[in-house]
Amino acid sequence: MPNLSRRDALRRIGRAAAVVGGSAALGVALWDQHGHRGEGSSQRPQTRDFRVRDDHPTLPQLAIASTGTDPLALTQSAVDALGGMARFISRGDVVTIKPNIGWDRTPLQAANTNPLVIAALVRMVLEAGAKRVTVTDASCNEASRSFQRSGIWKAAHDAGAEVVLPAKHRFRTMRLNGEVLDEWPIFRPVVDADKVINAPVVKHHNLAKYTGALKNWYGLLGGRRNRLHQKIDVSIADLATFMQPTLTVVDATRVLMRNGPQGGNIADTKALHKVIASVDQIAADAYSCQLIGVRRDDLGYLDLCHQRGLGTKVWEDLRRTEV
Amino acid sequence: MGHNEAAPDEVDRSKPSWANRLATLTPWSHGKKRPPRPGSGIEARPIIRRLVWARRLCQAAFLALFCFLIFESGFRGSFAATDEPVRLALPVEGFLMADPLVALLTLLSTHTIYRGLLWALGVLALTLIFGRVFCGWICPFGTLHHFFAWVFPSRYGKGNRRVAQNKTHPVRQRVKHYILYGLLAAAVAGSTIGGLFDPICFVTRALALVVLPATQYATNAGAELARGTNVGVAQRASDGVADFLAATVWQTNQFYFHETWLIAVLFVAALFLNRFIPRFWCRVLCPLGALLGLTSRFALFGIEKTHDNCTDCDRCLRHCQGADSPQGGVKWRQDECHMCLNCEAACPEDVIKFRFLPNYLSRQGAPDTQRRTALASAAAGAVLIPVLRAADGLDVNTNERVIRPPGSVAERELLERCIRCGQCMKVCPNNAVQPALFEAGLEGLWTPILIPRIGYCEHSCVLCGDVCPTGAIAKITEAQKLGIDQAPISIGTAFINRGRCLPWAMATPCIVCEEFCPTSPKAIWVEAVEAPRRAAEPAEAEGDPSGATIAVGRPHVDPARCIGCGACEKMCPVQDEPAIAITSVGETRSTTNMILLERGSYN
Repeated sequence: MPNLSRRDALRRIGRAAAVVGGSAALGVALWDQHGHRGEGSSQRPQTRDFRVRDDHPTLPQLAIASTGTDPLALTQSAVDALGGMARFISRGDVVTIKPNIGWDRTPLQAANTNPLVIAALVRMVLEAGAKRVTVTDASCNEASRSFQRSGIWKAAHDAGAEVVLPAKHRFRTMRLNGEVLDEWPIFRPVVDADKVINAPVVKHHNLAKYTGALKNWYGLLGGRRNRLHQKIDVSIADLATFMQPTLTVVDATRVLMRNGPQGGNIADTKALHKVIASVDQIAADAYSCQLIGVRRDDLGYLDLCHQRGLGTKVWEDLRRTEV
Repeated sequence: MGHNEAAPDEVDRSKPSWANRLATLTPWSHGKKRPPRPGSGIEARPIIRRLVWARRLCQAAFLALFCFLIFESGFRGSFAATDEPVRLALPVEGFLMADPLVALLTLLSTHTIYRGLLWALGVLALTLIFGRVFCGWICPFGTLHHFFAWVFPSRYGKGNRRVAQNKTHPVRQRVKHYILYGLLAAAVAGSTIGGLFDPICFVTRALALVVLPATQYATNAGAELARGTNVGVAQRASDGVADFLAATVWQTNQFYFHETWLIAVLFVAALFLNRFIPRFWCRVLCPLGALLGLTSRFALFGIEKTHDNCTDCDRCLRHCQGADSPQGGVKWRQDECHMCLNCEAACPEDVIKFRFLPNYLSRQGAPDTQRRTALASAAAGAVLIPVLRAADGLDVNTNERVIRPPGSVAERELLERCIRCGQCMKVCPNNAVQPALFEAGLEGLWTPILIPRIGYCEHSCVLCGDVCPTGAIAKITEAQKLGIDQAPISIGTAFINRGRCLPWAMATPCIVCEEFCPTSPKAIWVEAVEAPRRAAEPAEAEGDPSGATIAVGRPHVDPARCIGCGACEKMCPVQDEPAIAITSVGETRSTTNMILLERGSYN
C-alpha cells in the first residue's frame, strides 16, 4: 500500500474539520436552549378603529330610511341623511364593505344582506372618490356558493367593487386581547382597509336572539369559530371592542323573523323596507333588534358593549333623523 | 437475418451530444440539418415525419385537456343569477364518458349504457379505423408513461438491451388480457370493480386525490414562508400566486382525502415501472388497452412490411411503444401496436409502411392468449364477487359510517355502477366526499363516502351526481334534494352523544349544530332548560349545595326531518370525537337501512 501523501492527509483532515466545524456552528446558531423558541406571539394587543372624527355637531348620528320600497333608494337616503358618503370617505381611500354573506341562500330567503343595498353602498363610496372598494366576508357555508347565490358577488362586481372570497392565506393571526378572544386568525381585507363599512342584515338568531351589526364581525374571524358560541355575548363584545367601523348600514329591507340565522324558508321572512345608517354600531343594533321583536335589554352583548363604552344602546340619545 | 450490420455512424450516434439530441427532437430540423441515416439512408416519408409530430402534439394537447378538465372539476362561483341551478360549465367527466372499458363494464353489470357513455362508441370507431390510436395519441395515462419512459430511460435503456426491451414479450403482454377477462366476468357478476384498473379512472383518481392536493399543500407552505418574510413584494407575490392558483387549478381551501396513501403508492409504482420496461402499464397491465387490442384487429389502417429489405438494424424497435414487432422477419402484432408511427419514421430501409387496407401478409391481429388461462381468469373474476359479498358489510352488518353522497343509488346498484374514478370527490365543494378504504368492504375500495368531520354536504349542491359518468350517483335536481313539493333526499341521520355534548354534559351554552342545520324547519330543535351548574368554589360537602343553575339549550334531533348532511357534525366544537355524528340509517336510497316506521311528514 503506497504511503499517504502529506497533501492527501491534510486534505482529508481539513475536510473532516470543516464538517465538524460546520455542524457545530450550525448547531450553536440554531440551538433552542430553553425549548420551544418561536412560541408565543410578540404582537401587542390590537384594535382597529376606523371611525372618522365627529366634527359635524349638527349632522345626525342615526338615520332611519323607510320611505318607499326600493333598497337602492333607501340606502342612498339613509346615508344622505347622515350627511352623505363624503362625510366618511376621503378621496383615495381603500374601502372595505363587510356584508353578511354567511349562507348559501337566495336574497328572498333573507339570510344574507340584500345585494342592492351593497350595490348602492359601492356606488356611493366610489362617487365619494375612493380608490378601491372591496366587498368581502368569511362565509359559514361554502363561500363560492354563498357569494353567488346571495347575489352579492354580481351586484357588487357590477357596481365596481372588487369581490374577495375568503381563503386561508387571507387571514393573519392577530392578538385581540379580549376577555375570551385572545389570538385569532383575522380576515386581512377587512382590517387592512382605510375605511370599513359594516353592512349586516337584520335576522333572528337562535342563540344570540338577534344578529345584526355586532354579530356580523364573526365574519372577521377564521379558524374554528364554533367554540365562540359558548360565550357568545362576551365574544361579540370582544369583537366590537376590536373593530369599530367607519359607518354601519343595517339592511332591514327583508328580515328573517324565525329559524335564524340560516333560514331557508321564505315564509320565515318579512319585508320591512327599512335601512338604518349610523356612526354607532351599538345604537344601530339597539334600534334594529326591535324590528324583529327583540328587546334591547334582552341582548347581553349590547349591555356589555354599552358598559365598555363602545357606543350607546340608548339610541334615543343620538342625534337622529327619519327619512 | 441474424447478422447485425452496424451502420458506419453507429458509434457517433450511440453517444449523442445534447445538441444532437435536440436536433433530432425539433420538428424544423427535418429539412436541412438532419443527421445522415444509417444503412440505405432512405428518408421516411414526409407524411410520416409530420404525423409523428402531430402525434406528439396530440398527446400533449390531450394530456393538457385532461388536466384542465380535472382543474375545472370544482365550483368556483360565477356571476350567474341567484336562482339559477349551480352546475359546471364543462363536461369535466368527458374522458371517462368516452372510455369503452367503462361503458362495457357498466353495460355488463347494468345491461344499459348510461347517458354520456355512448361517447365510448367514438373511441371504438376510432379504433376500428386506425387501431389503438387511443393508447398512442390520446390516453393521458399512456402519455404519462410515454413521457416517463423517455425521461427516466430504462435501466436497460441503451443499445441492444433497449431494443430487447421493446421486442414483443408474449407471456408478459398477455397478462392484460387475463386482467380484462377477470374484470369483465366480475362485471357480469354485478360489480364494476374493474374501474380500479381502468387507466382513465386510475389517473383521474391519482391526479385529483393525491397529486393536486399534495401540490397545493406544498404551494401553501411556500406561500406561508413568503408571507412570513415581511417583505412587501414577496407577500404580494405570494398572495397573487395563491389567488391565481385558487382560481384556476384548485379551490381556495386545502383539500384533504381519506387514506389516499395506497392511491399514491400505486400511481408512483405504475410510473416507476417505466424504468425497467418502457410503458409497462400499457403493455402488461392495462385492461382498456387489451379491450382496444381485441377490436383493433378489424382496423382499416395498419402496417405493410417488405421483409426482404430489412437489414435487422432494429432502429424501428428503439422507440417502439407497444412492443408490437414492427421489425422485418416477424409478424406485426396489430393488437399490441399503439400506432405511434415511430417505427416507420426510423426505418432507413423502406421495410415498414403504414397505410389504409394493408395486405395482411405479415400480421397477427388477435391476441395469443391461452384459452385455459383466459377461462381461469374469467372464472376468478366471476367467483371473486360472491366471495367478497358473502362476507358481511353489504347484506348484513353494514358499516354505519358508509354514508353515500346524495343521489347515490342503492348499495348493490352502486357497486354495479361505481368505477372509483374520484370525480365526485374532486368536485365536492366542501371536500365532503371521500374515497372509502375498507369501510365499504374490499369491493367498495375507493367508492365515495361522506366523512362529515372533513366536510359536510352543502345543502343545495348536486354537483357529485352531475359529474358521475356512470350514474352511481344519479343526476338529481335541487328540488329533489331539498324536497321542494316532495320528500327531501336523506343520506343518514344525526345522533347526539349526550355524554360529550356541551349543553347536555357540561352545562355550557352551544347549539352550533342547530345554527348550521340547513333544513327548514330545522331537524335539530332546542329544549330550553335550567341546568345545574357547579359553583365557582365547590363545597367540600357531598354534592354541590349551591343550587346555582344556568340557562342552556339542549339540542334534540328530529329523525323525520334530518337529512344527514353532516353540517352539525362538521361544526360541533367538540373537536376530536364530535358530540353529534351522522350514521347512514334513514338514507333515502335504501329500503332496509331504516329507522322510523314512517319516514315522517315533510312539508
